[in-house]
Amino acid sequence: MTVTDDREVGAARRRKEDARLITGRTRWTDNLTLPGLLHMAILRSPYASARIVSVDTSAALSRPNVVAAFSGADVADVQGSLPCAWPVTEDIVHPDRPPLAVDMVRHHGEAVAVVVARDRASAMDALEAIEVDYEPLTPVLDLEEALADGAILVHPDKGTNLSYTWVFDSAAAGTGTDVATVDAEVVIERRYVQQRLIPAFMEPRSVIVDPGAGDYTIWSSTQIPHILRVFYALITGVPEHKIRVIAPDVGGGFGGKLHVTPEELITFMAARRIGRPVKYTETRSETMLAGHHGRDMIQDVRLTARRDGTVTGMSVKLIANMGAYLGLVGPGTPILGAFMYNGIYKFAAYRFECNGVFTNTTLTDPYRGAGRPEATYAIERAMDELAVELGLDPIEVRRRNWIKKEEFPFTTVAGLVYDSGDYDAATDKALMLLGYDELRKEQEARRASGDPVQLGIGTSTYTEMCGLAPSRILGALRYAAGGWETASVRVLPTGKVEVVTGVSPHGQGHETAWSQIVADELGVAFDDVEVLHGDTRTSHKGLDTYGSRSLAVGGIALVEACRKVRDKARTVAAHMLECSPDDLEFTGGAFRVRGTPDAAKTVADAAFAVFAAHDLPDGIEPTLDADATFDPETFSFPHGTHLCAVEVDTQTGHVSIRKYVAVDDVGKVINPTIVEGQVHGGVAQGIAQALHEEAVYDESGTLVTGSFVDYTPPTAADLPDIVTDRTETPATTHPLGVKGVGEAGTIASTPAVVNAIVDALRPYGISDVPMPCTPERVWRAIRAVGTETEGGRS
Amino acid sequence: MSSTAKITVTVDGDQYIDTVEARTLLVHYLRETIGKVGTVIGCDTSNCGSCTVLMSTGDQPARSVKSCSVLAVQADGATITTVEGLAGPDGSLHPVQRAFHELHGLQCGFCTPGMIMSAVDLLRDNPDPTDEQIRDGLSGNLCRCTGYQNIVRAVRAAAGEGVAS
Amino acid sequence: MIPVAFDYQRPTTVDEAVAALAGGGEDAKVLAGGQSLIPVLRLRLSAPSVLVDLGGIEQLRGVREEGDALVIGAMTTHDEVAGSPLVRRFAPLLATMAATIGDRQVRHRGTLGGSLSHADPAADLPAAAAALEARYVLAGPTGRRVVPAAGFALGLFTTALAEDEVLVEVQVPKLEGWGSHYEKFHRVVQAWAIVGVAAMVRREDGAIGSARVTLTNMGPTALRATALEQALAGCAADRAAIEEACAVAAEGTSPIDDLTASAEYRRHLVRVLAGRAVAAAAGV
Repeated sequence: MTVTDDREVGAARRRKEDARLITGRTRWTDNLTLPGLLHMAILRSPYASARIVSVDTSAALSRPNVVAAFSGADVADVQGSLPCAWPVTEDIVHPDRPPLAVDMVRHHGEAVAVVVARDRASAMDALEAIEVDYEPLTPVLDLEEALADGAILVHPDKGTNLSYTWVFDSAAAGTGTDVATVDAEVVIERRYVQQRLIPAFMEPRSVIVDPGAGDYTIWSSTQIPHILRVFYALITGVPEHKIRVIAPDVGGGFGGKLHVTPEELITFMAARRIGRPVKYTETRSETMLAGHHGRDMIQDVRLTARRDGTVTGMSVKLIANMGAYLGLVGPGTPILGAFMYNGIYKFAAYRFECNGVFTNTTLTDPYRGAGRPEATYAIERAMDELAVELGLDPIEVRRRNWIKKEEFPFTTVAGLVYDSGDYDAATDKALMLLGYDELRKEQEARRASGDPVQLGIGTSTYTEMCGLAPSRILGALRYAAGGWETASVRVLPTGKVEVVTGVSPHGQGHETAWSQIVADELGVAFDDVEVLHGDTRTSHKGLDTYGSRSLAVGGIALVEACRKVRDKARTVAAHMLECSPDDLEFTGGAFRVRGTPDAAKTVADAAFAVFAAHDLPDGIEPTLDADATFDPETFSFPHGTHLCAVEVDTQTGHVSIRKYVAVDDVGKVINPTIVEGQVHGGVAQGIAQALHEEAVYDESGTLVTGSFVDYTPPTAADLPDIVTDRTETPATTHPLGVKGVGEAGTIASTPAVVNAIVDALRPYGISDVPMPCTPERVWRAIRAVGTETEGGRS
Repeated sequence: MSSTAKITVTVDGDQYIDTVEARTLLVHYLRETIGKVGTVIGCDTSNCGSCTVLMSTGDQPARSVKSCSVLAVQADGATITTVEGLAGPDGSLHPVQRAFHELHGLQCGFCTPGMIMSAVDLLRDNPDPTDEQIRDGLSGNLCRCTGYQNIVRAVRAAAGEGVAS
Repeated sequence: MIPVAFDYQRPTTVDEAVAALAGGGEDAKVLAGGQSLIPVLRLRLSAPSVLVDLGGIEQLRGVREEGDALVIGAMTTHDEVAGSPLVRRFAPLLATMAATIGDRQVRHRGTLGGSLSHADPAADLPAAAAALEARYVLAGPTGRRVVPAAGFALGLFTTALAEDEVLVEVQVPKLEGWGSHYEKFHRVVQAWAIVGVAAMVRREDGAIGSARVTLTNMGPTALRATALEQALAGCAADRAAIEEACAVAAEGTSPIDDLTASAEYRRHLVRVLAGRAVAAAAGV
């Protein structure tokens, strides 16, 4: 077995991506232009629910510079239906989803008609000339009302707002016992609401379709160029080999660009009809309204335990808001969380039920964490509640329940096999970094003195399942695609290396990390590696980037491809050195004859030799190039302990984070700076859910948080520095030992913050504050209890 | 009175003379008329700051402005610096650009031009800011990827280099 | 995203600006710093047919002393107001409050006159002007007139400015011997105030001699908390007494329920923040 020297892997390499990004030489989709490019604007429904009586685009057509205008009725028989690639049950109610609404609009912002013009301003001006006659209807917006008898139906022809019910029962699955039969000396029953969020990536989405002469090129600000290509072919009928999709520079995604959008299909239709390239770039208002939303579910949680603190079982019942339609993977997002409600704990009975429900709102689809933040929130909040119920320290109650290091690999009650982890090490480190004991003392002192500013400490000990995903498990879950990933490694005659990867980065630094891996695997310089991605002509195959999969799956494919290259190079090198391949060891970046280290040949030497092909060993093709496609056997299970200390101003309800510590274990680390950056960004989004963000619809179904004025992601002045550290427990299920990190920060942080707020307010009799924990909500929580205990005095 | 106007603007050292519709936003003029696509648009309510450039009019010193909230006609006679005009003529990076690169102050890079221009302006005003002043000074620039921590480190590092130009 | 087309004028004198407004009729709008107007135009919430840009009128910028008042040109930016040595010395509350508006980029373009004329109930400067008992100089076709700040803001986004008038400058009485403090409460840092309380206190014989307290976003315009001001006159300069007086801080206000806060919470906040603002202004 060859051991690769780790020179680059583990190093805090600066990023190759930066050069163009810090100088403005960027290729965002909206930056691109083509000869004869036309611009599209979309007219959107102002109503959450309405019948479209008529649409008249004729006046728009006669406006200056307008080339085309059409509505859903004009394309009804060709436009097809947007896909749902994850119909989680056999009897799932799966309505059609037309890119342009034809008879009905079912959410505020649904696309109704388009104008295509020579310039963007003319297109926008002409929108005003389109006449739409709507018959407004009453929308259904509340999840429980949507399920009630006699509810208004989003899709009357389906007869129900319930899209699916998905159940997991450990007794039935054989992975545990029946929740109804376990010890229930202590019962924690809580309802939590995961508020609706908006991914709010900084680059609004943009798409350009160039119809060519029947060979289509599409640039799109997407996380999934490969998947998009497949769906374009399936929906438009244009053969797949006549479609090229390019994700150029993409400005953030967070799951929010993991979709096949109405806009991508409409722009395609426009370009196809007109025969010229068409660009559509959304405004931020359109991103907020029509880009898919995240989370939005009601969680009813029941945790049972013994008085000694041992958790015996958990039941979870979800009502998950699908929105008006099913998204690309929307039904499955809560299901991904199904396997994570047990968290890092050993209890042996578990039941999960998820009901996916339609309402007249923008559809939901994945947003950073996709089901796992929701799950982690529920279990980590419940563990804190259990601690309070039993008078135990919240860390202690967790310690009594989590899987011990020596117990790995561990099969959980949800049926997953966690390969490795060390919850004690991460927690001990976090406690030390936070200064836990000192802060508890300070908390005591403030409580004793009745300080109007109270201190709270929140804990979140999490694991997550990422590295999506083993294809057979995806199949068992009825997901339409697989979860493998691919890499091609090509060594050029001058010894430079081109890597083609099937992942599609949008900020994660894969060009840099992949270069580090290849540099060590092949003994080449970091700067001699070029990583190609995002263009289906170049990266012919892949399943793109989401679910913290790129390194955990794509990185393994890369390593395997590199090792195939190295094996071929070894054979060539042995031939050049006139020895047996077994006489060679690969060390210090070259193949060396054991015993005579000066007799060495590099991969570059072998590359030129195969290029010239003057003297190759028999049976060797004149190439070192190799492909590999890796289908993981299992998920990746990073874990960690996050601790948050907050100060709550009980007079105003304002919460400020005093200290935040994140200790994460992502297995082996390729680039520690990139890992730390992912944790920073993930934690920021989780804090934002806890404190700042909520997508809100009013009673008419109008999205009232339709801009950054009302939907407020935090600024630099609203976030603290966080203290980050790591433990390193390598994954055991593949040669690289890495685990994913892209979503971990978000998954961990929200319950850490909310647990801290509730902890601060326990003396006031408070056991929950609904998210986002705005100052007013905190204030009301304090007041509500005060009213109850003081007999109505407010 | 007209719906168009002729403007003369100096951008990144070059002078441009154009006739524009009065309603043209400076950011659209930069991107679409003179091809400075390094400056981007992230929102339509003047919150995100991705479009930030430096602008000076008359004898006023250059200040950071959101180019989405300035009309091109208001920039007549002005001198503007975008992210594309920061590097030296030999291509050497501005210290703030270099610091962002060295301290991983960017991930997807979309907010980065605006963030860099705001940081340049902040350091001209306050060459030795505290972290709190940096965070406050960048409150007009949203980032969704980094959580800001490395951005603050980068600005602190650039300040430490004695950057006030 | 892109405004509806409009005609554009860039006068070089105040008289030209007034004439342009008169000529443009009711569909003409003044463009000052544009930080409020341009976003409104981009969202097509407003579609004026004529924009009169005051940016070319040099005489509208700057801070100068005139006897017992500061005179601040309407086109002086928030950043210039916040940084002006004269303002910091003679009307520090104005500098403090101007420094909290929006963010740095907004403050580099937004103007005093623009903010006062726009009369957003959540804006900081109308409250500052009210506390300082400023006077506004308006220029119209028949000449100039002076309007006190208290009579200028009439309602939601409505002022005493006639359609053909321009706010030219703001006279701020110089004040010495007053402490001042601004408490601005908002969700995230660049956001509008949920509620703001500006306090000015003059100490007398160890107690509070007199106080001026103005409130932001507690009604359609900035408000003087007159009940509180009366309660504070002669009040002991200690936290307990001040907090007791602040029980009436919300009297006479009409805050609304909206996405960011309920009226009930706003009233509560005003009482708490008034206590903090007055105590700080009193040096307690």
